[in-house]
Amino acid sequence: MSVRALILHANGTNRDADLAQAFELAGAKAEIVHLNELRNGQKNWLDYQILGVPGGFSYADTLGAGRLFALDLQIYFKEQVSQFITAGKLVLGVCNGFQALVKSGILPDLQFQQTATTLTFNAKGHFECRWVTLLPLSQTCLWTRGLNEPIYCPIAHGEGRFVLQNPASLKTLAMNDQLALGYANADDQLAEEQYPFNPNGSINGIAGVCNLQGNVLGLMPHPENHIFPYQHPRWTRGEQGRLGLRLFENAVRQLS
Amino acid sequence: MTIPTYTFIVKQRDNNNPHAAGLLADAHTLGFNQLTHIEVCDCYFIQGHLTEADKQQLATRLFCDPVAQIGAWQATAPVAEQAVIETALRPGVTDPVAEQIQHGAQLLGIKNIEKTATGQRFILTSTQTLNEKELHDLAQRLFANAVIQYYAIGALTPAFSSSTGSSGQVETLPLRNLNHAQLNALAQERRSALDEAEMQAIQHYYQSEQRDPTDIEFETIAQTWSEHCSHKTFKAIINTEDKQINGLLNTFIRRATEEIAAPWVWSAFVDNAGIIDFDDEYQISFKVETHNHPSAIEPFGGANTGLGGVIRDVLGVSAKPIAATDIFCFGPQDLSFTELPEGTLHPRRIRSGVVAGVQDYGNKTGIPTVNGAIYYDEGYIANPLVYCGCVGLAPKNKHPRDPQPGDRVIVLGGRTGRDGLRGATFSSMTMDAQTGEVAGASVQIGDPIIAKGLIEVITRACDAEIYHAITDCGAGGLSSAVGEMASNIGADVELNKVPLKYAGLAPWEIWLSEAQERMVLAVPSVHVEALQKICDVFNVELTDMGWFTGDQLLVVRFEGQVILRLSNNFLHHDMPQRILNASVIPSSSSVARGPVAAAPYRARKAARGREPAYAPPLGLLELRSLSCTENNSLLLALLAHPNIASKEDVIRLYDHEVQGGTVVKPLTGAQNDGPADGCVLKPVVTKGTRGIVLSNGLNPEIGKWDPYAMAVSVIDEAIRNAVAVGADPKRIAILDNFCWGDPKRPETLGALVAACEGCYDAAIHYQTPFISGKDSLNNEYVSKDKQRHAIPSTLLISAIGIIEDVNKAVTLDFKTAGNIIYLLGNTYAEFAGSHFIKCGGQVSVAEMFAPGLPEYAPELYANLHQAMQKQYVRACHDLSEGGLAVALAEMCIAGRLGCAINLIVADATTALFSESNGRLLVEIMPENCAAFEACFAGEQAKLLTRLGEVTAAQQLMITQQKQTIIKLAVNELVSAWQRLAKKEEV
Repeated sequence: MSVRALILHANGTNRDADLAQAFELAGAKAEIVHLNELRNGQKNWLDYQILGVPGGFSYADTLGAGRLFALDLQIYFKEQVSQFITAGKLVLGVCNGFQALVKSGILPDLQFQQTATTLTFNAKGHFECRWVTLLPLSQTCLWTRGLNEPIYCPIAHGEGRFVLQNPASLKTLAMNDQLALGYANADDQLAEEQYPFNPNGSINGIAGVCNLQGNVLGLMPHPENHIFPYQHPRWTRGEQGRLGLRLFENAVRQLS
Repeated sequence: MTIPTYTFIVKQRDNNNPHAAGLLADAHTLGFNQLTHIEVCDCYFIQGHLTEADKQQLATRLFCDPVAQIGAWQATAPVAEQAVIETALRPGVTDPVAEQIQHGAQLLGIKNIEKTATGQRFILTSTQTLNEKELHDLAQRLFANAVIQYYAIGALTPAFSSSTGSSGQVETLPLRNLNHAQLNALAQERRSALDEAEMQAIQHYYQSEQRDPTDIEFETIAQTWSEHCSHKTFKAIINTEDKQINGLLNTFIRRATEEIAAPWVWSAFVDNAGIIDFDDEYQISFKVETHNHPSAIEPFGGANTGLGGVIRDVLGVSAKPIAATDIFCFGPQDLSFTELPEGTLHPRRIRSGVVAGVQDYGNKTGIPTVNGAIYYDEGYIANPLVYCGCVGLAPKNKHPRDPQPGDRVIVLGGRTGRDGLRGATFSSMTMDAQTGEVAGASVQIGDPIIAKGLIEVITRACDAEIYHAITDCGAGGLSSAVGEMASNIGADVELNKVPLKYAGLAPWEIWLSEAQERMVLAVPSVHVEALQKICDVFNVELTDMGWFTGDQLLVVRFEGQVILRLSNNFLHHDMPQRILNASVIPSSSSVARGPVAAAPYRARKAARGREPAYAPPLGLLELRSLSCTENNSLLLALLAHPNIASKEDVIRLYDHEVQGGTVVKPLTGAQNDGPADGCVLKPVVTKGTRGIVLSNGLNPEIGKWDPYAMAVSVIDEAIRNAVAVGADPKRIAILDNFCWGDPKRPETLGALVAACEGCYDAAIHYQTPFISGKDSLNNEYVSKDKQRHAIPSTLLISAIGIIEDVNKAVTLDFKTAGNIIYLLGNTYAEFAGSHFIKCGGQVSVAEMFAPGLPEYAPELYANLHQAMQKQYVRACHDLSEGGLAVALAEMCIAGRLGCAINLIVADATTALFSESNGRLLVEIMPENCAAFEACFAGEQAKLLTRLGEVTAAQQLMITQQKQTIIKLAVNELVSAWQRLAKKEEV
């Protein structure tokens, strides 16, 4: 039986089809489900092994990106999401999905209370769409574990700067191996805060973080938008590889 | 007991706010040099009985990011000491944030919120205290746009939209016995933009009906007969010096499409968007519209809803929006404030608002914005142009368009307010200093998330074959949507059922409101429940407002009373055809009049002795050879010219990757920053490797000299751009968008006639059909001294083409040193409207020819396409503004490689800078040169010029008979071309 991925749609979600396609290409069966369909019981959390929280502008990002989607998760689905995660199932939040996971307090620590971290306005102060290189850093993270090649994919966001309430907690996240993905410079080294390689000014060039267990990953860039060679911005120059697809294959393989 | 109001104020913890920095810079350019810091906070005004716990919850869980922001609240009270300005949206202006506050509060279990509003607080720090007048000045010029916002010095007392009591009031307008003058006065008074003949036709109808119209009837007729909805200029009888034209649309534009009769055109000029075949399973639709007047007075909302409108047009042909395009024309960004005409916004403010508006709507609806252009000219200071386009994809033959008697009239989407009342008539009027104030009500602000919900619902409803017809609520609102849909059948609707944003709207206001994000569907009763279920999942509101009758009458009721009853025949067929006079500048060339394909190529002499209205002063020097230093600095000036320079700063604000289909991106090349000629899309759901190509052509500069030449040039440019990235030239369709001045002036109309002639000739020449078009006339500004200022006549051509295999798409960047560079096409001394002149190049008046229609081009493009199919072409770039020199420089920039070019010509200035049409550059591997050349047989072989080669040396090197005439390092080219984009924060 194939792995089933639930692609959670809130009003304003827009990369749900892109995310679904990446999971499908990686061998999973993906289904886009509006959260109303989970609330009214038409769909059941227990039928899925993967939860994908896609990019977009849930509720138009009013009151902060992902803020209202986060409230949905906290108020409607706290129990289901907790069970999903503690059962070791896989969760991926991309862009707006990452914002929702952080602002609901699911990342980095499943406290359901946002206290330590956030994703706030890009250092440049505006939305930006450009391609970035990501370095897989964590072996704890089930999504990045074993990936031996950087991922090249686009970002498209205005509120993606990862910051911490207390900068010292960076050490804890690093010690726990929760810093899953970092922005890389032209030499495939961590870009730290160097623009445009780190496009939003995230602390230490952090692009994605996972939970302690390693089964929940959130990241700002869009690996789901680099799953075909023709999506590479320089394919006409013969460049290829570094597909975001690897991330999805990695996850689906572990569940199959 | 009064209900308390609280103001929640949220500010960023760190002081690094780029938006505030931009405002500070603008304040300095306004002369407020004493300002040292501006702090921007968000304000949420909440009316309701809130407990302390409620307030705490709202501040920490809803309004404020606890890590990055600090939130505080207070009962509204004066702010101490600091200079503070607060702004808020006017009641009734769409405020998506305020609406979501209710939703969020409900989630938190806070139930006592009565009303919500939002605003901003600006805290000013300065070296000298700002006086009252200075604060007002700052507020008006920098912080608040009076059209949608109000402000206060210090704390603002929020105003909430309130009900003014239910209003079922319907007025009767006694017009049966009015004389001509009184009829005109009535037209003016109701701002209807109807002329005398039209008013008389209305009077005649009511005389025969033996009654007077109600206000709602009169408004409905005015909307239906507006220029915007009925295109009366394009349908008018036009008398020129030597002939009579019975409708520009039928005589030139539609006729070209009919004569070409391409079998793959599925719908042209009939539906909300033009539709062509994509493959055996899918068809694609494309619509481009302008939203100029609204963008002039409220740039964000204007552009926002401009894009919203074309997205709904695509939904209106049952298609899923898959790409957006945007082309803007603005005044110069460095215009001094003293030169700014009264009552207009500064071009910088217009630009940043317009860009933000498109960004907001495109990004939030998840539609990639993939193709566009920005053009600057003084003629656009008071009248900016905002063109928005949308491409849709739909399964073949799944677009139903026949409402049946008995079908329900279903409205989906947003609620109705006073937004955009009389927008259709407003867009048909001239702007003046008061426009902003008077037309305030015409401004709409969009809510893209509601549009996103509509996309989800309608694509599913189409798949389920739930409806018989669909259209969008655009200009004219329900009156136009229901009216058009019922035009062959009749309908009976009840306005009382329409959900309102706030109470107090008169029935005619409900009927005419241009509130955004609404679609009207004809749904058989048995399917209404199924549609309701889909709507429930996506939180989309559904309203059943009546039924389609079959009696050919449009009937509107309010609380059961009939308040409008008009016959379809009168409403849709009795509008008198306008008769207009045009003064067409005589043509000196056979190209314009004779059969184009047979006529030899000949340059048309531009302007024919007339000094064009906007042309810069000309030097009297003969065209002469320039020194290497002169050429170098001219080329750098061209690259840095705002019309040619990189638009990266704007492009990156748009999501051009969402939906995963962007194969050739707007920015391309070695460092992802070169200017792509067009965009290639591979829709994710389609099978195989076939793709869509999008491109555009725009050149108002040529139009100042010769509108005919402009039309043929921009059609050639749009096609050329599409072919350059790999489109099959036999499978390209085009859209026309005319933006013109007042057509009642014979010269202005004459220019329009000439441009339409050009459209016909060029479309036939390339066998490229028009599938959709739109016109925006009366783009004029009347200044205080009663002088009229029209925009430069501007024709945008948008092209949509097919590429058989996206893996064979070509980009412009030089790929490999040692490859050979060819120029395709002929170059003539055609400098009229060139950027060479704009950048200070000098040409004698005798040399001023505008670029014409190259006779050889269709075959050339077909041959080039064959070479691309065989994958001989490593890079390809079209020659446009700035000519050969700029095109070569852009290929160097995009590839970060140099080139060595040798020109074997007598006249290097023409070779380098002329803007002749029908030309492209290609890069070919040496081993493929012979095979490539073989693709161009016979006469076509003469169109190939081997120019030189790509070099690893990082410089653009051009020689003429061994003499160096241009020598510039690639990084010099890059920095000139990117200077504006890297400097300006939008």
